[in-house]
Amino acid sequence: MNPVNYLYLAALLFTIGATGVLVRRNAIVLFMCVELMLNASNLALVTFSRLHGNLDGQIIAFFTMVVAAAEVVVGLAIIVSVFRTRHSASVDDTNLMKL
Amino acid sequence: MDNLIPVLVGLPLAGAAVLLLGGRRLDRFGHWLGVLASTASFGVGLVLFFDMLSRSTAQRPAFEHLFTWVPVAGFQAQVGFQLDQLSVVFVLLITGVGSLIHLYSVGYMAHDERRRRFFGYLNLFLAAMLLLVLADNYLLLYVGWEGVGLASYLLIGFWQHKPSAATAAKKAFLVNRVGDIGLSVAIMLMFSTFGTFAFGPVFGAAHTASQGTLTGIGLMLLLAACGKSAQVPLQSWLGDAMEGPTPVSALIHAATMVTAGVYLITRSSAVFNLAPTAQLATVCVGAVTLLFGAIVGCAKDDIKKALAGSTMSQIGYMVMAAGLGPIGYVFAIMHLVTHGFFKAGLFLGAGSVMHGMNDEVDMRRYGGLRKHMPLTFVTFGLGYLAIIGFPGLSGYFSKDKIIEAAFAHGGTEGWILGTAALVGAAVTAFYMTRVMLMTFFGEKRWQPDAEGHEPHPHESPSTMGIPMVVLAVGSVGAGALFAWNSSFVKWLTPVTGHDEGHSPLSSWTVSGITFAVIALGVLVAWTMYGRQPVQATPPVGSLLTRAARRDLLQDDFNHVVLVGGGQHLTRFLVYLDAKGFDGVVNGIAAAVGGTSGRMRKLQNGYVRSYALSMFGGALVLVATTLLMRAV
Repeated sequence: MNPVNYLYLAALLFTIGATGVLVRRNAIVLFMCVELMLNASNLALVTFSRLHGNLDGQIIAFFTMVVAAAEVVVGLAIIVSVFRTRHSASVDDTNLMKL
Repeated sequence: MDNLIPVLVGLPLAGAAVLLLGGRRLDRFGHWLGVLASTASFGVGLVLFFDMLSRSTAQRPAFEHLFTWVPVAGFQAQVGFQLDQLSVVFVLLITGVGSLIHLYSVGYMAHDERRRRFFGYLNLFLAAMLLLVLADNYLLLYVGWEGVGLASYLLIGFWQHKPSAATAAKKAFLVNRVGDIGLSVAIMLMFSTFGTFAFGPVFGAAHTASQGTLTGIGLMLLLAACGKSAQVPLQSWLGDAMEGPTPVSALIHAATMVTAGVYLITRSSAVFNLAPTAQLATVCVGAVTLLFGAIVGCAKDDIKKALAGSTMSQIGYMVMAAGLGPIGYVFAIMHLVTHGFFKAGLFLGAGSVMHGMNDEVDMRRYGGLRKHMPLTFVTFGLGYLAIIGFPGLSGYFSKDKIIEAAFAHGGTEGWILGTAALVGAAVTAFYMTRVMLMTFFGEKRWQPDAEGHEPHPHESPSTMGIPMVVLAVGSVGAGALFAWNSSFVKWLTPVTGHDEGHSPLSSWTVSGITFAVIALGVLVAWTMYGRQPVQATPPVGSLLTRAARRDLLQDDFNHVVLVGGGQHLTRFLVYLDAKGFDGVVNGIAAAVGGTSGRMRKLQNGYVRSYALSMFGGALVLVATTLLMRAV
């Protein structure tokens, strides 16, 4: 199978994720979309590793997973905290930083 | 003996300082202190004069260097005095007439609670005026020039509780400033051309300067003279200056300060002799003013304003004579001195009349006063005969000489100037006869004032009478004394030079014609104001009369052209500032503000929109990178 197809898949997943981040309001869904984008980029990295015949891409994919895990921990904590104070998981309700 | 010269200035200056700083404890005798300072200065002047008389002609000018005022390399401002034949004439006139008027003021200002201050200002004026005529350089002269302007301002506005007096003082000050600009520019021109402004070096080097520079200096000096001596076009302040107390009008605005312009031109004769254009401008100014003032004098019902018009006109004669060059300098100064006597006498007479008439100045409310005020009548009458140039009195000797000099100027110019001077003499006779008839002859026309006090005309006290008598004697005798053996001409010739000129008419012809026109003027005035009774309310009058009552529309002219023009200019500048410069600055501010307002909308607090801009940014980055690679 042609490895370029994986790249197409990665682009597709990334686009779905990005669209989700832009159009959804629920923080949890937003979070899942971010994860989808991260995994799409992981897929692309692994594919590039395969294409180029070295391990650079795979190593960076591991790093991404670690960072993503840490981000999930912090991000979920924030979401829970926001939910406790505002009784809502909608990101549009947390708009205090506007001028 | 020369070290007495600074004392001349110092005495009245000390008097002014003591009177103005001494406070109320001087109120009881302060006025006599003022009289003393002035009389002592006159005494010193006499001593110096006789000392000068005893020396030979070449040794007469005396110099006294006091100190260096501003010692800077290349710019040495000296305080030094120069007493020559010209200065000493002025010193005697200023201190002599000044002392008489000080004495007169003791009586005239007797009921004024600010009398001490008045005498302080009078002494200040004397000091400044003496500084003006004794300075040996233009910068020190300028100090005196400004000093007399200040004293004039303070004294015109002495009754500052009257708004008219306060306004008149400001007007005089402002109009004089215009002339003063001329003097300061002239001094700057001299300094840049000759590197000095001392009289001797400037006059010595005058012939080395270019024609244009000399004409420029001459015209600027003429502008200064116009301001101080109330000559057209800067004449408008003199009529209003009559708001001041009458002794002030007599001393400052008739006898001394207003003649400073004539002194300036005569003193700068070395410059004017080399600048024919400036001389031409000077005679034009003089001739126009002598007619202008005479016409204004004809229409005024206020006795002091009629005399002010006359002063303007007589100084016009002097300026014209000074503009004629060596033919005229001596006669300008001679007329200045005789005018100092008779015009001061006339003003003191007018003051005496006002004193007896509850400060009424309208001549239509006088009439028949000769019976009530015999002394004033006689002294005023002698002054009157002197000013119209009645043969044998002082005006005859000085004015006829000026008319003669005008004809002797030669050519068409000479005829025009001579004719103007003759017409002026006729008009002078007319308006002075009018003043005389309206004041002292006819039926009484005074009425009770608003509070029902009817004036009781009475003769003034002797402190006022004595100066009037002395000035009347001067009005009668000074001319003959000066003309006797041409003593005045001989006295001044070493300073100003003298040239007889070639008159197309003989001396006797000029005298005859002058006498004829004077008689005509007197006759016309008698027909109008002597034969028929004077109306208590002024008639409507012809167009010229109405214009002359408004000072020949000079104030209207100034108002429309200068004030109106100035206002338009300011309005234009304000518009330019508000719409132009402020517009640019405000426009920039509005553009920045508007842009920020629109940019602020991006900060809406929605995570999604921030995310979108991040995606947009990332997209741009990627696209740029790809594009760069493709290229």
